[in-house]
Amino acid sequence: MAAHATVIEAPKGFVRKYIFSTDHKVIGIQYLFLAMFSVLVGMTLSVFMRLRLAWPAEKWPALQQLFPEGFAGGPMTPEFYLSMMTMHGTIMVFFVLTTAPLSAFGNYFLPIQIGARDMAFPVLNMLSFWVTLAALLVMMAALFATGGAPIAGWTAYAPLSAIGEVAGPGLGLGQTLWVISIAIFCVASLLTSLNFLATTINLRARGMSLMRMPLTVWAWFTTAILALLAFPVLLAGGILLLLDRVGGTSFFIPGGLVVSDQLIPHQGGSPLLWQHLFWFFGHPEVYIAILPGMGITSHILSTFARKPVFAYKAMVGAIFAIGFISYVVWGHHMFMSGMSPFSSMAFSITTLAVGVPSAIKTFNWLATLWGGKIRFTTPMLFALGFVSLFVTGGITGLLLAQPAIDIFLHDTYFVVAHFHLIMGVAAIFGIFAGIYYWFPKMFGRMMREGPGKVHFWLTLVGVYAIFMPMHFLGIAGAPRRYAELTEFQYLKPLESLQLFITVAAFLTIAGQFIFLFNFFVSLFRGKRAGVNPWESTSLEWIIPSPPPHDNFGETEPVVHHGPYEYSPPGEPKDYIMQTEPARQTA
Amino acid sequence: MATTVAPRSGKREDGANGSRNGGDRRGGNGGSGGLPQRPQTHRLGMLLALAGIAMLFIALTSAYVVRQGLGGDWTPMAMPRILLWNTAILLASSFTVEKARRALLARTEGEALRWLLLTLALGVAFLGGQLAAWRTLSARGLFLDTSPHSSFFYVLSGVHGVHVAGGLLALAFPIWSVWSAAPGVASFAGSAGLPAQVRRARWVEAAALYWHFMDGLWIYLLVLLFARS
Repeated sequence: MAAHATVIEAPKGFVRKYIFSTDHKVIGIQYLFLAMFSVLVGMTLSVFMRLRLAWPAEKWPALQQLFPEGFAGGPMTPEFYLSMMTMHGTIMVFFVLTTAPLSAFGNYFLPIQIGARDMAFPVLNMLSFWVTLAALLVMMAALFATGGAPIAGWTAYAPLSAIGEVAGPGLGLGQTLWVISIAIFCVASLLTSLNFLATTINLRARGMSLMRMPLTVWAWFTTAILALLAFPVLLAGGILLLLDRVGGTSFFIPGGLVVSDQLIPHQGGSPLLWQHLFWFFGHPEVYIAILPGMGITSHILSTFARKPVFAYKAMVGAIFAIGFISYVVWGHHMFMSGMSPFSSMAFSITTLAVGVPSAIKTFNWLATLWGGKIRFTTPMLFALGFVSLFVTGGITGLLLAQPAIDIFLHDTYFVVAHFHLIMGVAAIFGIFAGIYYWFPKMFGRMMREGPGKVHFWLTLVGVYAIFMPMHFLGIAGAPRRYAELTEFQYLKPLESLQLFITVAAFLTIAGQFIFLFNFFVSLFRGKRAGVNPWESTSLEWIIPSPPPHDNFGETEPVVHHGPYEYSPPGEPKDYIMQTEPARQTA
Repeated sequence: MATTVAPRSGKREDGANGSRNGGDRRGGNGGSGGLPQRPQTHRLGMLLALAGIAMLFIALTSAYVVRQGLGGDWTPMAMPRILLWNTAILLASSFTVEKARRALLARTEGEALRWLLLTLALGVAFLGGQLAAWRTLSARGLFLDTSPHSSFFYVLSGVHGVHVAGGLLALAFPIWSVWSAAPGVASFAGSAGLPAQVRRARWVEAAALYWHFMDGLWIYLLVLLFARS
């Protein structure tokens, strides 16, 4: 039963309604499009990298026209390759993997799933989006800066990132813009995460107790805690790095450094200090990217297996455990830095400990599927793909967590394969699952299932074809971050593998256009979606698609059930909406 | 089963989304899983923001401790005397902002505005004093890049100063809203249907929390920077 409430009219006028909107749904869609733009840019940059790796000596006259400096003398210069690599990593990690799962889906669905009409601070919410956009614009400026885009990698290791143009092209203006953009992004993420936390704590509808929240909400909530406490640390590092670059300070620059035959006039700083600050943020950051995907996967697996999530409370506990442990593992990114073996041991143990809650989640997903009446819809396929990639990428994490193995594999393609599978592709599968699942609610139309399934199989096979061989490259000793591997005699037998990866990458990228086509055609031509096309139970599926401005209109939802009551015995339907009145207390 | 009618929310003509799920609302007992009591939204939001800000300064502190431990070039500098005066001014402004907050809770807005104006004046004086401290140091030949200790002094006092300046804007906002008779300042869920006075009271309550934090933070930074030198 629902209580009555006053309808809140949507603002009139295009600008207030769609541009400077305080409606969490509009903001969520704005974030989604921002992420889609960013992923296209990031993907294009990876095409450049694959071109160089597959055909190192090839000249590209057309590209030379576009980037005369990047292709000076014919083939792509190594510096241009490094700038592509840096910007690919940065744009993907910050503007896609942080933005889409948390800010886009979280903004749109967190308030609805807990029965609220909007975020706790709607104006702040609008501000977070515009600050994020400002960060993206500055990052785009860095991409096209005079002297080129930065080449210090997405981790911007000092002193390379700190000493300016003398260290290489793109490390002048480009790197400065990079640091500024990241600092702005940190501020935006803080505003977003505090809004998420306040909303979840304070605005839940009647009856929406903590243990009745969908696992998506738990995932966004935990992610927001991580973001709130991790991004300030990166901001601190960013401020100090910027001052090293423009203020003449020596926080990260050691003394006696000679670069390009010039003595760098700094002394006493510590490059390791930057690494500690960066990875104290950086490790929680990878969970910021993946946790929402775990929430979405749990939600979708349960819906389409028509079964409750197995061990809901253990799932909540596992999310929190992963979030907590993520703060004490950052040292495993630094085994190569000359860290004391005792510290390495400590970080190794904490890192291996992440395997426990991760395994709890994986086995619970499998148990959720066990004996279910599975409906193989496109979102379900992507959620299953998420589980597959999470396991494949996670297993290698356990190898890399051991310092002795990591020292051999750390600077090789093995690590590239590991983090792309788990943090990149698994998270992207979570995003795809979310888009296919929530598209009907967000836009009021269904996406086509046929092209969706083709898209899924192409992408699944494609990403495995891209990243599986990289494990072998890594074990064979192929170093990462190199523009060219042809000089290594021992890698000669594996040259065809690079070509294979590039071809697989291009096919996979081509497959994404099926998705884009499906997305935009369905936006205008898709079949009209009903209120609850998937027969799900959570609160977003009791309101019209797309929902009105105030989400629940005249009624205030009152929650009587947990989020995953599928196939209850002795019921006519195989699901119970969260708002359905309780029959009788048995 | 819940039959309670939720608190009414008014309409906002400026498009901000009000919500019935307001800050004051206690978790209802509809269904069977209500919550006993929830913190007020504006206070909660501010506390979360302060947690983030605290992490920023914790990270800077760790950088400070590590950089100091690297030895070699750490030449401690003496504290400029004027910082003590600035600290006194900031402490006084904490007192005045508290006066303003209590006056608003007691619904005496006129009195509150006077305290707020005084707080603003003290805040501006503090920032001016900090600038004077920077000038004193640069006159002594201690710049941002002179030594790690001076670097950290400029960074920490600068980042703190930016936060204080933000606090000044937040405190000026309710004053401006009274003078310009704007409908209200705070746009957070639950504030939408409330009278402008109540909204201002909540805004100032959150801002006062922030201001006290900045006060305590400054004393912490002073101890961190100069207690051992």
